[in-house]
Amino acid sequence: MEMPIPSDFRIARKSELMSRLRAVLPPECVIDDPMETRAYECDALSAYRCAPLGVVLPYTTEQVATALKICFEMDIPVVPRGAGTSLAGGSLPTADSIILGVARMNDVLETDYANRFVRVQTGRTNLSVTGAVEADGYFYAPDPSSQLACAIAGNIAMNSGGAHCLKYGVTSNNLLGVRLVTMQGEIVDIGGAQLDAAGMDLLGVICGSEGQLGVVTEATLRILHKPEGALPVLIGFDSNEVAGACVSDIIRAGVLPVAIEFMDRPCIRATEEFAKAGYPDCEALLIIEVEGSPLEIEEQLEKIMSIAAAHDPVEVRRANDSDEAARIWLGRKSAFGAMGQINDYMCLDGTIPVSKLPYVLRRIGEMSQQFGLGVGNVFHAGDGNMHPLILYNANEPGQLELCEQFGAEILKLCVEVGGCLTGEHGVGIEKRDLMDHQFAPDDLEAQMAIKDVFDPKWLLNPAKVFPLAASERRRDQGL
Amino acid sequence: MDYQPTSEAELSEIVKATTNPLAIVGGGTRRARPVKGDMVSTAGISGIVDYEPGALTMVARAGTPLFEIEATLAKENQQLAFEPLSLAGILGSSGHSTIGGVFAANASGSRRIQAGAARDFLLGVRFVDGAGKIVKNGGRVMKNVTGYDLVKLLAGSWGTLGILSEVSFKVLPISDVSATLSMKADDPKTAIDIMTTCMNTAFDVTGAAYDAVAGCVYIRIEGFEKSVAYRSGALQQIVSKFGAVDILEMTASRAVWTQIQNLSMLQNRDGDLWRVSVKPTDGANVVHAISPDAYVMDWSGGSIWMRVSKGMDVRGALGSIAGHATCYVGDAAMFHPEPENVRVLTDAIRRKYDPKAILNQGLMG
Repeated sequence: MEMPIPSDFRIARKSELMSRLRAVLPPECVIDDPMETRAYECDALSAYRCAPLGVVLPYTTEQVATALKICFEMDIPVVPRGAGTSLAGGSLPTADSIILGVARMNDVLETDYANRFVRVQTGRTNLSVTGAVEADGYFYAPDPSSQLACAIAGNIAMNSGGAHCLKYGVTSNNLLGVRLVTMQGEIVDIGGAQLDAAGMDLLGVICGSEGQLGVVTEATLRILHKPEGALPVLIGFDSNEVAGACVSDIIRAGVLPVAIEFMDRPCIRATEEFAKAGYPDCEALLIIEVEGSPLEIEEQLEKIMSIAAAHDPVEVRRANDSDEAARIWLGRKSAFGAMGQINDYMCLDGTIPVSKLPYVLRRIGEMSQQFGLGVGNVFHAGDGNMHPLILYNANEPGQLELCEQFGAEILKLCVEVGGCLTGEHGVGIEKRDLMDHQFAPDDLEAQMAIKDVFDPKWLLNPAKVFPLAASERRRDQGL
Repeated sequence: MDYQPTSEAELSEIVKATTNPLAIVGGGTRRARPVKGDMVSTAGISGIVDYEPGALTMVARAGTPLFEIEATLAKENQQLAFEPLSLAGILGSSGHSTIGGVFAANASGSRRIQAGAARDFLLGVRFVDGAGKIVKNGGRVMKNVTGYDLVKLLAGSWGTLGILSEVSFKVLPISDVSATLSMKADDPKTAIDIMTTCMNTAFDVTGAAYDAVAGCVYIRIEGFEKSVAYRSGALQQIVSKFGAVDILEMTASRAVWTQIQNLSMLQNRDGDLWRVSVKPTDGANVVHAISPDAYVMDWSGGSIWMRVSKGMDVRGALGSIAGHATCYVGDAAMFHPEPENVRVLTDAIRRKYDPKAILNQGLMG
């Protein structure tokens, strides 16, 4: 992955920048000691790292605005950062940029059960939003698997999903309003507590814009009353095709599970060795979870199991209580960890039309042979969001590059069959240079035009999302 | 000069060639306001392109009539779960609503409160911008964060940023069973108490509305048979403290929601037609502030459709209540004025997408 050459002109302004920031912000908010900035050199795409000029960690929206205004005046790029859990390099800095982190802004500002929303500062972690309302019977629905660590700011930037978004939708469907600071330091409120924002849907385009349009410091989030209960069923099949057909039949029958997870044989085997969840030794398995009262769960599970029975499952195991449920989920939840025990891995998240699943898995298997790298597949099967985990050895020269090539081929395949490059992780730097495969120049131009409006100097998270060649003229205008 | 292109390419040529303002129309059923310019109808760009019932997705050209989409979905026992609002009756418009028009107006109905808005179901768009360029965004898969979400930007943009030529969207199964709890309520405060009480349960209520003309609150539950019986029983117990509860089943239940979808109770009445959007518990304050001649509340009280006397300054009357008001029939601007720092952004986006300033001029901003 290539990053633009840092600007000497900007690097030379470091001391002036730091003293201007320190003049207006509390001393602990501005960091440039190389030991302390080390933690900000990378996010969860840790193969890529770079020390920024400095790190700013404000307490308030006004301080965010002040910092951005200074950087705008001095032409210094700003890389916003939530909790740094991006798998796509969304908060990777460049040597001529500063990191602006919202980690210190994590308060709940307003809780309104009658109207079903909370307003929070965006440094708050995803899980702790639910934590703040859970005792009263509520939850915040989007549940990315990094939810213990990831911040709402990053969820909004990447429009994060999760295993349960089949029923509840992704971040964008649960976001009612934001307070956003533009690169010029202007504080803008969009949307509110009502269900639809007025006029042009800026909220819709801000969500998922990867921190390129502004820094979101506050968010109004929809919360929901928790269901009475939830239980999964695990079903094993002796081919990917049959498992895929079963998913399709369940959906057509009108059952809407909260989650349908799919694992293929390489992933089942790795997981089994690591977590010993007692999964059947089969080609593909589904974990399907439904919600409701005991009676409602029974009604749905019965329907699902009778549909599955028509597909000759090698095993059907339904959970009868929360212990059995936990055992069924154990393997799935340890899948990434299990693969990590075997080797280093790269996790992709291309989405495909559900009907193309068997074909895509077969092609991935063939490519795995061709590249000589193992791959396991976990999959949000209800919505076509794949998660191929490619195994490689980071210590062996050339393997990372080989793995990236393999990954790129998988993502191109996703686009070819009518899908997309990324379903929930975002483009970041990781898929930036593949955007040409999904979009024509006019398509990208229409997106970049939005950034031109919000950030005319292209200083916010500039070298992300768009192919470097496509954004070069815009990024270089201040130099 | 009026245009009725039959393909996206033809549409693109028309927009490229002209410098005249264009009035964009799908079926014409939602045209609350006259727009000056040459009429461009998308009705000729029609037809379902792809439908995968097992993936819950459909792709259709923008001019495809809504009835055709709904009939095709119904054969597979599926539907547009956001219940597209129908304005033909109340606006007295003729013609057939198109799928492009539904999304361009982000026309969500009662189930918005549980299933999401039209914009939440829209997965991908193709459109022709004001310079005549063909642009695509999103796709036909349910999860997609590849690049900026222009899909949502186009949803509800009323043809002012581009002319939709194709849309792909998510559909959902039609529930086996629908039941509606019906209760009398004399004032909006009580009605909202009942609605928010029901929304704040685990019972997945799919509609919460108050028809103030009939003085009735309606709470809808949908799903499999046993589940609906269980949930309506449980809700009945919870709200019985507010008064007697009737349970409407299937046909009677569906009829109630069709009336709300059509705003039947506000049809054949004089006066301006407005919709006010606020958080649900502010609904009663809105009614007190405006004293409409007739109104219906949807979305648990957060969406209030009302008839008011001609020329009334509804936005002024709202005062400090947070939210916005849309004028469908009347002389006021259709859309709520934006704060200055937002208007600067939306104006600039319009100039980028419509550099000749020709698309549905004056309708939105």
